[in-house]
Amino acid sequence: MPQSARSVGLHKQQSRENAMATPNTPLWEVFIRSRNGLAHKHVGSLHASDATMALQAARDIYTRRGEGLSIWVVPSTAITASDPADKGMMFEPAESKIYRHPTFYEVPDEVGHM
Amino acid sequence: MNVANIQVSETPLVLYALRRADDALILGHRLSEWCGHAPMLEEDMALSNIALDLLGQARELYSYAAKVEGKDNDEDRFAYLRDVRQYRNLLLVEQPNGDFAQTLVRQFFYSTLADLYWRAMTASSDATLAAIAAKSEKESAYHLRHASEWIIRLGDGTVESHARAQAAIDHLWAFTGEMFAVDEGERALIHADIAIDPGSLRGRWLTTLSGVISEATLELPQTDWMQQGGRSGRHSEHLGHLLSELQSMQRTFPGQTW
Amino acid sequence: MYTQALNTAEADDRGLEDAAKAVQFQARIDGEERIEPNDWMPAAYRKTLTRQISQHAHSEIVGMLPEGNWITRAPTLRRKAALLAKVQDECGHGLYLYAAAETLGTSREELVDAMLAGKAKYSSIFNYPTLTWADIGTIGWLVDGAAIMNQIPLCRCSYGPYARAMIRVCKEESFHQRQGYEIMLTLCRGSDEQKAMAQDALNRWWWPVLMMFGPPDATSQHSDTSTKWKIKRFSNDELRQKFVDATVPQAQYLGLTIPDPGMIQDADGHWRYSEIDWTEFKQVLAGNGPCNRDRLAARRKAHDEGGWVREAAAAYAAKRAQRRTAQAAE
Repeated sequence: MPQSARSVGLHKQQSRENAMATPNTPLWEVFIRSRNGLAHKHVGSLHASDATMALQAARDIYTRRGEGLSIWVVPSTAITASDPADKGMMFEPAESKIYRHPTFYEVPDEVGHM
Repeated sequence: MNVANIQVSETPLVLYALRRADDALILGHRLSEWCGHAPMLEEDMALSNIALDLLGQARELYSYAAKVEGKDNDEDRFAYLRDVRQYRNLLLVEQPNGDFAQTLVRQFFYSTLADLYWRAMTASSDATLAAIAAKSEKESAYHLRHASEWIIRLGDGTVESHARAQAAIDHLWAFTGEMFAVDEGERALIHADIAIDPGSLRGRWLTTLSGVISEATLELPQTDWMQQGGRSGRHSEHLGHLLSELQSMQRTFPGQTW
Repeated sequence: MYTQALNTAEADDRGLEDAAKAVQFQARIDGEERIEPNDWMPAAYRKTLTRQISQHAHSEIVGMLPEGNWITRAPTLRRKAALLAKVQDECGHGLYLYAAAETLGTSREELVDAMLAGKAKYSSIFNYPTLTWADIGTIGWLVDGAAIMNQIPLCRCSYGPYARAMIRVCKEESFHQRQGYEIMLTLCRGSDEQKAMAQDALNRWWWPVLMMFGPPDATSQHSDTSTKWKIKRFSNDELRQKFVDATVPQAQYLGLTIPDPGMIQDADGHWRYSEIDWTEFKQVLAGNGPCNRDRLAARRKAHDEGGWVREAAAAYAAKRAQRRTAQAAE
């Protein structure tokens, strides 16, 4: 069964019965595309009241050393994750398809790089 | 060894650089006072970033002032060995942090102009100032965005936050007039295309300001009366306390290397 | 960055768990696999990690205070910028660590509330005061140095989010110890007064820093489970010795004297330190250090005075969401 990417989404409401407790600020996941042109990569999380503030906070927290040129912020609750219990059926069938990889095929050295 | 204040030959260009450097240092210093005490960790990070930007601007401007002056002053002598009467910053930036609303309104008033000002200064005929402006302009643009978003949230947040934001605006408004004042020396720099006239930006400053303020459901005060004096060293009482802290090491242990 | 002294494992309620799952779990750990948030894990593993990571996070945040105490008084603008950036880094590290702890199912707010209520611990080293500028150098050199000893092995911790947070922390922290040592070096090359300031700071911080590694292995009861779960990979005494061996030559280079007249170098080259006064450690841990009350009070003040700001942001977000819904309905 698909799951929330973070168990905090499942637990935090239940554990907040105390009226004196500090209210939760929504949690966001931060993705950054680095200078080298690779895809956006998950770098961490933060708390912010809304998307605009989340984006600003992501900039202030996760790009202080010139780490990136683009930021995505996603509400943590919006992420659907695969269930670790499904690991076998999800990922093992791909392992036997070795013909999908270039090393499966033989090309003589004389032909050169291909 | 000597704890005495340094002497500065305040030619128009030296004075110009010192004024902007002092603005940036004092405001950066104020923001750095928040580090470890902000309403949320994310804001500790944000306010420290802004403080570091301003500190960086101050250092470049001091270094340029030192170069133009051509004596043995440097960034640290300017920062640590001038007393309150020699500081040339705006009264606005030396005002205490107060609550978060007061800090953000102060930042908002300042950054709204800084953003316009540095962008215009990129066209300065003085290459160093143009380069400093190019860097500061990008930093200020972000400071303005950060402050604006907060003004909107505080103004249009809760009854309490609205009241605090409005109180901060009412309190700090009288310190904004000074940002547009120009003296004779600076007027000469403006004529030489070295500096730009902040007065020429007042209309756009007010437009940007009013847009955010009204989105925040807040109001600008109707009063025209403005405080003056920071640019010529007539400060509020707050600055002396700030300097006694900022300068305590250099004053206690004069002439040493740290 | 400072957690070792606080590690305690929960080893009790494992009987309730599915035994087969527990065996599988241990096999994954033994195979150096990373455990991820949604994976099955023993309740005690979750509890131990939540406690350790959150204590680590609290330590970063409380740790901002003693150094933050000098941001407004740093003696040069260069030092001021470096110190502010460093203290800000610590805030960031606390933030990464809270996020890692949250993946285990407890929200940051709840973790912070526990700390503010005095129910969660943070590293005792931050209950000592920073009295002079040399303390800032000493903290960078020794406290961060000790922290690095602890943190590098944590980059390989079995819990994925913690390990990843530590990798980021270690990368960012590489400048912290260097800036501290540079401050010390400048003082030691300076006037007699400055050198005395440096020596005085070392005298005050040396023993508390050694205590950061936690109680001696002989008296530490909880390490076994943490070791088995690959949360902890070196013992307190191993790390402490590694730290002392690395630090003594650095002190010698500075021309400073480690305040331990009984210290000797053994035949293997290790520096053997004298007995540590653990009664002081226990006192500070119990809340009786010089700054325990001040530190908590400062954090509570920031939290309480920030309440209306957080409420405003939440209220605005709710209004905005409502307006969007209304607009969409039109």
